[in-house]
Amino acid sequence: MADLPSPEQPAPTAAPNEAAAMDILLPRDEKDVLAVVEAAVANRTPLEIMGFGSKTGLGGPVTAEKCLSLSALSGVTLYEPAELVLRAHAGTPLREIQALLAQNGQELAFEPMDHGDLYGLTKNDRIKGGTIGGTVAVNASGPRRIRAGAARDHLLGFQAVSGRGEIFKSGGRVMKNVTGYDLSKLLAGSHGTLAIMTEVTLKVLPRPENEESVVVSNLTEDQALALLRMATGLPYDISSFSCLPEGSLLGLARGPIAILRIEGPHLSVQKRKEEIITFFRKQAMFAKGQYDLLQEAVSREFWSAVRDALPVTAISGQVWRLSTAPTEAAPLVTAIHAAGVPILRWFYDWAGGLIWLCIEPSTDAHAEPIRAAVDRFGGHATLMRADDCIRAQTPVFHPQATALAALSQRVKLAFDPLSLLNRDKFGKNFEPRISDPKSSDSKPEQQTHNS
Amino acid sequence: MPLPEAAILTKRQEIVARLQQIVPNGVVHTEREMRVYECDALTLYRQLPLVVVLPETVEQVSQILRVAQDMNVKVVPRGSGTSLSGGSLPLADAILLGMSKFNRVLEIDYENRCVRVQPGVTNSAITRAVEDEGFYYAPDPSSQIACSIGGNVAENSGGVHCLKYGLTTNNILGLEVVLMGGEILRLGGKHLDSDLYDLIGVLTGSEGLLGVITEVTVRILQKPATARGILLGFPTVQDGGDCVAEIIARGIIPGGLEMMDKASIDAVEAFQPCGYPRDAGSLVIVELDGTEAEVNVLIDRVADIAVKKGATSLKVSENEAERLRFWSGRKNAFPAVGAIGPDYLCMDGTIPRSQLSYVLTRMDQLAAQYGLRVANVFHAGDGNLHPLILYDSSKPGDSEKAEQFGADILCLCVEVGGVLTGEHGVGVEKRDLMDRMFNEIDLQQQERLKCAFDPAHRLNPGKVFPTLHRCAELGRMHVHNGQLPFPDLPRF
Repeated sequence: MADLPSPEQPAPTAAPNEAAAMDILLPRDEKDVLAVVEAAVANRTPLEIMGFGSKTGLGGPVTAEKCLSLSALSGVTLYEPAELVLRAHAGTPLREIQALLAQNGQELAFEPMDHGDLYGLTKNDRIKGGTIGGTVAVNASGPRRIRAGAARDHLLGFQAVSGRGEIFKSGGRVMKNVTGYDLSKLLAGSHGTLAIMTEVTLKVLPRPENEESVVVSNLTEDQALALLRMATGLPYDISSFSCLPEGSLLGLARGPIAILRIEGPHLSVQKRKEEIITFFRKQAMFAKGQYDLLQEAVSREFWSAVRDALPVTAISGQVWRLSTAPTEAAPLVTAIHAAGVPILRWFYDWAGGLIWLCIEPSTDAHAEPIRAAVDRFGGHATLMRADDCIRAQTPVFHPQATALAALSQRVKLAFDPLSLLNRDKFGKNFEPRISDPKSSDSKPEQQTHNS
Repeated sequence: MPLPEAAILTKRQEIVARLQQIVPNGVVHTEREMRVYECDALTLYRQLPLVVVLPETVEQVSQILRVAQDMNVKVVPRGSGTSLSGGSLPLADAILLGMSKFNRVLEIDYENRCVRVQPGVTNSAITRAVEDEGFYYAPDPSSQIACSIGGNVAENSGGVHCLKYGLTTNNILGLEVVLMGGEILRLGGKHLDSDLYDLIGVLTGSEGLLGVITEVTVRILQKPATARGILLGFPTVQDGGDCVAEIIARGIIPGGLEMMDKASIDAVEAFQPCGYPRDAGSLVIVELDGTEAEVNVLIDRVADIAVKKGATSLKVSENEAERLRFWSGRKNAFPAVGAIGPDYLCMDGTIPRSQLSYVLTRMDQLAAQYGLRVANVFHAGDGNLHPLILYDSSKPGDSEKAEQFGADILCLCVEVGGVLTGEHGVGVEKRDLMDRMFNEIDLQQQERLKCAFDPAHRLNPGKVFPTLHRCAELGRMHVHNGQLPFPDLPRF
């Protein structure tokens, strides 16, 4: 336990000593969680919600007086391979779930990213790979995003304690369910700001039997991206589409490369990779490309490196993650270059729809020029890695237009009316103003969200 | 339904006049003309609306919702009116907001694999717009030639291919939505995922209670290179269910995986024979799609599994015509059952597949108890069951018996760990059963979300939730007097 990362650096408004001494509460069951939140409601005590703390670097630094870790709320409670469903307590280590699924030839098809490299976690912290609750809370995904979706697409249901101090559930354990609002979509990616999930039910899928990858080099970056976009429209069931510019890590790059992943039964993979190479060789634009193959083991290793954003996380610097339309990928990176942002490394996944940037650190993480460019081309930009003091000042998540931001705040208050859960995670500007009859008592945390 | 509000009814003239100012040629207010809007596909319930308005632009929708909010009038949105749960059932004191004139495909962006459409475009029109280039829109509800994409978003529609390709919610990139009061919001676009809350995700399947959808950006997929079907007969439903479980347990996710019971097989063979095994107790259709190499590998594996699981008949489609013939019986199942009717009620529960045998046995007992017949078609891959209850509406009491039987079936689904509705929605049909699946706190939390979008409960009220609470009442917090000590938990 002593190996767990220290609690989040305090936001400037909180007294540093207080935060450093903050206890981490370890509820043993849902009733414990409820008791903590009930007390927090009664005392107006803001709570930081976490699993093992592997992703506390994501989002604004939380302003809290107590920290609640779900890591003791662990264990798989239901797993039926033939029904493709698994239910687990929110604090169950991701690795434990992945190992159980692997025993049955199954997996979480959304390939949740491991944040260990990004946040420089120690080996000990990385063994568990975070919790399943945290994985869902950040709506994690991986290179198969286009084909297989993100965590949101695999969360069938959950049980949670709201910021009101009430246990509630939504969804179920079956694939097809439209009974009531789909709150699972809302909780996935809510970063613990709406409710504390205590149990999640997920759709699981068979793990592909084999995989190989086709690497195309001797192309320009634009050509490599065009190849990926064309590949997303081919009937060869390609599952991942990445582009590494010249000079990227991973020991593959001889100039920019496009790389395609083919998964399935052995015979099918063999046939499809030939068909893919034949197809692209016939295209005038890609005829000069050099086509190579990555065999099973190398291919798996490569895609897990892409999943964890290794080409940008392995060097030091601030890290941005941009989601945009695939056709806008290269123009967007060009525009960010042109705006004078010192990009150290970048690469593309999702056929260009996902861009990872590592930039030279600066006090504002160059948020304005990056977001101005993203606004021009469409999409959003998330500041994935920067020091706490920078993330306390610069919005980590893409700022929303006024009406939309107001709606998001009303949604937040519908679940957490006193804004007790992960306060400031979405930035100080996001925190809704709270009309609380008891707010006249001069508790310090009441001032932060009025400032 | 909630009693019509007299205050609204007395303002009808003024409401009609205000709407005519906004949409001069799009207000329908005579009884004769409004008659076509009196129900959706759940024809058991009928109600004339207060007035019908058919806007053509998002600005008009915005103005209509602003006027409705100002005058405190209810609004019921409607797409093509194919809801099977009464999601667009009119209210006597509500404006029916028909989106049928929003019928244009706005942009086809092949390179980004998406299409931007107005909400009144039908589901199959999207596929038609892109199929020449080898693409299609994946969710395929059986009403796809008529149902609108806006309605699909509102209901999170499914279809027979959703185990592999997902529901509507897995295939939407962007929405434009107008809130009660007239605010126009654009969510998402051509990129994946949302920063902050996934409002597209929660609007999808919200049954028209949160906002009015005025534009949708959907993802399109390339058509699989090939698709082949296998038609399997089994002695019992249990055997068919075991085979389905084994296919999935062995790592195969078919494009389609359907099952029919003996009553359905008999009905379709009597309606339009398509070569289904008459002696089988259950029929399973497996469709495998993808590249030819992959499909050929998987066909052999599925055939092998089926034989080991005791299939009494097995046919693999050798050409496209044969594959379509395998499907024709399944696709005719509803009209075929209708033909032996005279009436039928189509239910829509989902169950854990392992409970299939138990559920069907219980259903037979219930059928005997009610003296009604039932036929079952089943999206076997995802556990979505469609019992078709046969009744005769001309017989006094038969409709009520059928409804009660249906409610019992849905409660049975919940009892075994399933849900009230897999793809048809709650609407008015299952509204009063919501408390079988959710407790009071669960429901109130959902209603609080509604308050974030529509605090006056003016949008599609009376649907989904059995009782309506005022938002102020829902906002109250139960707080212990004084401060609670923090519980004594393990810490580090």
